[in-house]
Amino acid sequence: MSLLEVNSLSAFYGDFQALFDVDFRAEAGRATAIIGANGAGKSTFLRAVAGFQSPPDEAIRFDGEAIGALKPSRVVGRGVALVPEGRRLFPSLSVEENLKIGGYCGRRGGWTLERVYGLFPVLQERRDAPATALSGGQQQMVAIGRALMGNPRLLMCDEISLGLAPIVIRDIYAALPAILSEGVALVIVEQDIGQALSVAEDVYCFQGGRVTLQGKASDLSRDAISAAYFGV
Amino acid sequence: MIGWLDTILQGLMLGGLYALFATGLSLTFGVMRLVNIAHGDLSILAAYLALVIVQHFGVSPFLSLIAVVPLMAIIGYALQTFLLNDTLGDDILPPLLVTFGLSIVLQNGLMEVFSADSRGLSVGEVQTASLPLGGGIAVGVFPAITLAAAIVVLALMSWLFNSTSLGRALRATSDDQSTAQLMGIDNRRLYAVAMAIAMAVVAVAGVFLAIRTTFDPTSGPARLLYAFEAVIIGGLGSLWGTLAGGMVLGVAQTIGFALSPAWGIAVGHIAFLVVLLIRPNGLFPRTRDA
Amino acid sequence: MQEFVVSRSTRLSRWAGLVALAVVSCLIAMPWWGTRAEIGTTTSFLGIVAMAQMWNLLAGFGGLVSIGQQAYIGLGSYVAVMVALQGGLSIYLSLPLAGIVSAGAAWAISFLLFRLRGAYFAIGAWVVAELLRIVFANTASLGGGSGVSITSALTGIGRWQREAYALWIAIALGVGAVGLVYALLRSANGLAFGAVRDSEAAAESLGVSARRVKLTLYLIASAGCGMVGALMAISNLRVAPDSAFSVDWTAIMFFAVVIGGIGTIEGPILGAIVYLVLRQSLAQYGGWYLIVLGVSAVIVMRKAPRGLWGVLADRFDLRLFPIDHRVRPRERS
Repeated sequence: MSLLEVNSLSAFYGDFQALFDVDFRAEAGRATAIIGANGAGKSTFLRAVAGFQSPPDEAIRFDGEAIGALKPSRVVGRGVALVPEGRRLFPSLSVEENLKIGGYCGRRGGWTLERVYGLFPVLQERRDAPATALSGGQQQMVAIGRALMGNPRLLMCDEISLGLAPIVIRDIYAALPAILSEGVALVIVEQDIGQALSVAEDVYCFQGGRVTLQGKASDLSRDAISAAYFGV
Repeated sequence: MIGWLDTILQGLMLGGLYALFATGLSLTFGVMRLVNIAHGDLSILAAYLALVIVQHFGVSPFLSLIAVVPLMAIIGYALQTFLLNDTLGDDILPPLLVTFGLSIVLQNGLMEVFSADSRGLSVGEVQTASLPLGGGIAVGVFPAITLAAAIVVLALMSWLFNSTSLGRALRATSDDQSTAQLMGIDNRRLYAVAMAIAMAVVAVAGVFLAIRTTFDPTSGPARLLYAFEAVIIGGLGSLWGTLAGGMVLGVAQTIGFALSPAWGIAVGHIAFLVVLLIRPNGLFPRTRDA
Repeated sequence: MQEFVVSRSTRLSRWAGLVALAVVSCLIAMPWWGTRAEIGTTTSFLGIVAMAQMWNLLAGFGGLVSIGQQAYIGLGSYVAVMVALQGGLSIYLSLPLAGIVSAGAAWAISFLLFRLRGAYFAIGAWVVAELLRIVFANTASLGGGSGVSITSALTGIGRWQREAYALWIAIALGVGAVGLVYALLRSANGLAFGAVRDSEAAAESLGVSARRVKLTLYLIASAGCGMVGALMAISNLRVAPDSAFSVDWTAIMFFAVVIGGIGTIEGPILGAIVYLVLRQSLAQYGGWYLIVLGVSAVIVMRKAPRGLWGVLADRFDLRLFPIDHRVRPRERS
């Protein structure tokens, strides 16, 4: 049994259907990449798992329990964390307060302020700065640290490399193996295929709200992925 | 000269009362962008609750706060949970309409129960006692207590906002309620808590008002307007700015009253409009963008 | 290939036009067939229709929610007093004057109030109305706090004429307000209003100045309320600051518009009827009609945000004052 099992999930924005019968699995201790062009439904999928859509309860199962109908604030409590696209830090909170509020859901586990600072030492130096005064890469670290503070068993990262310099992206991705080694299931959404495949063992390609390709990263050829990505 | 100094001093202390009224309004706007038109009427409801308790148990109005504050907090929590949460959204009309409706229902309901007669609460000698400060200036003991209460309440709010987990959650929700949910914050419950806190502060304001002056079921709207003026003068979202805003309004009103009793309130309104004209963001706008 | 026609009028709307014409004619003749009480109620009904329509224009079409339109009701009433008692002119001249003075005052006040947004605009407008109330309550020459009677300005005019004139003015204002809103919304500007209400930023990007649209609506709505204020003075024969500048006026507009259906022309008319029926039938219970009104408005807002008219229109596909364009498949002939 997989940690996260999504069965024929559909999602809507008003009359517009953004996802069509998506099936998805994520395993503990493994990284899964979702790749696809803009508007493929990747972010919608992550937000749906996080509780922002109200699919049938059974459409999303986490650790064997149906969580589809839960509100976002309850889903976090089960151990599902989302690092949202664009980081979305709280501007009126300091760096440390942003991290602390990540632990608001009260889940116990191994992640503490000290360990997050250990993972991203630069944050400790800037702990009292307003979160939005940091550089883009540092803000992304805060966003990831904030999600870790809730001690998730599933961590979903939405476009964490977007708009960052390659060297900064490398630093952030360097932190992921440490997170995986805790037994966390990692789901990474990226538009940059190369970046995603550098850590992921499993790959899903989304296109037009549907899964067009899935498999082990090592089994899929570049051409097959490109074809699924661009729909050619 | 001393007369004017005395007037200004009184105005500053009156400002403490206005800050108490303004804090709740500013809190609910800050956290959930809700402007509660019934804010003043709820403070009058608190005054009537205190009146009932004082008459029933023969206790001092100050002591009645022990019951009135939690009662109003419960009313606020219930109001937000069952009535106001569903009105929040992009459209400003539903919350305005619902709280305006609530205001009219409260006013007329209080009228039916308590009649239109003016009432007041008495705290005995404290009410009229004054402390000489030397140089011919004296401050009333009760106004001084009011100002002290306002400062204590604001200090408590400041501590709550800046140093507690609840305060962080309130600020985070104010910044971005959707992302706050990702932290496990149930925004609807948090809104109810915010309204409960606002109503607890309003209860204090209502009881102090009732001691200071007489009140009747239609006294609410004027309180809403003063609270609103203090918030705008002080600058939206600034806690201590609210106290400054209350004091500016209080001083303007007492100077107005000293010039001509009939024009006191009007001078307060004019002060508000002047601030709006020259400093539309208030005297102490919040610098951190949120 | 399917062909489509775009139309605004519906068969029902053409019939409604005829019925409306007949109703208005009957109302004009009312002084010859109605009782005094009926004439009085009709006069206040039409006054309420006019001011509700103005508030609807402001909030329903311009997105400007105000709790201060009583400022212009009061101002208009006092313009009537000044014209009649101090200017020595016919009180009926005060109607256009009340409109002009109110629009001028609204223009001046807009420089302050338009700095406030959303709900704060609503309360700021209330502050201005309060300030005006205090100013008039302290003007001894206008009767001060207890107000002033204008009966002396109407000596020589019989009671029947006086009440008939008030009714006809009310008809002119009520029908005029409905007609004005209808005409405004059918004009090219109507589209601009809708755009500003729906999204200020989007409207601006299309070259519509949101500020100008809002100011225009504010001036029109204030002028309308000013004239209704003058009508209230003429029909009540007495003006007092506390009632002329009472927030109850805005409460009436607010509730009539919301209960009837905001953003429609029919809604405020229906809302005004509901208001009067409630007031008359609960008259002996004091303030209870206001409690019932407040509770009904809250229920309507929560259960049927488009008001009673919205419910009726959806169920029966009614459009008496069509302001939208309807696309239908062309019928084969």
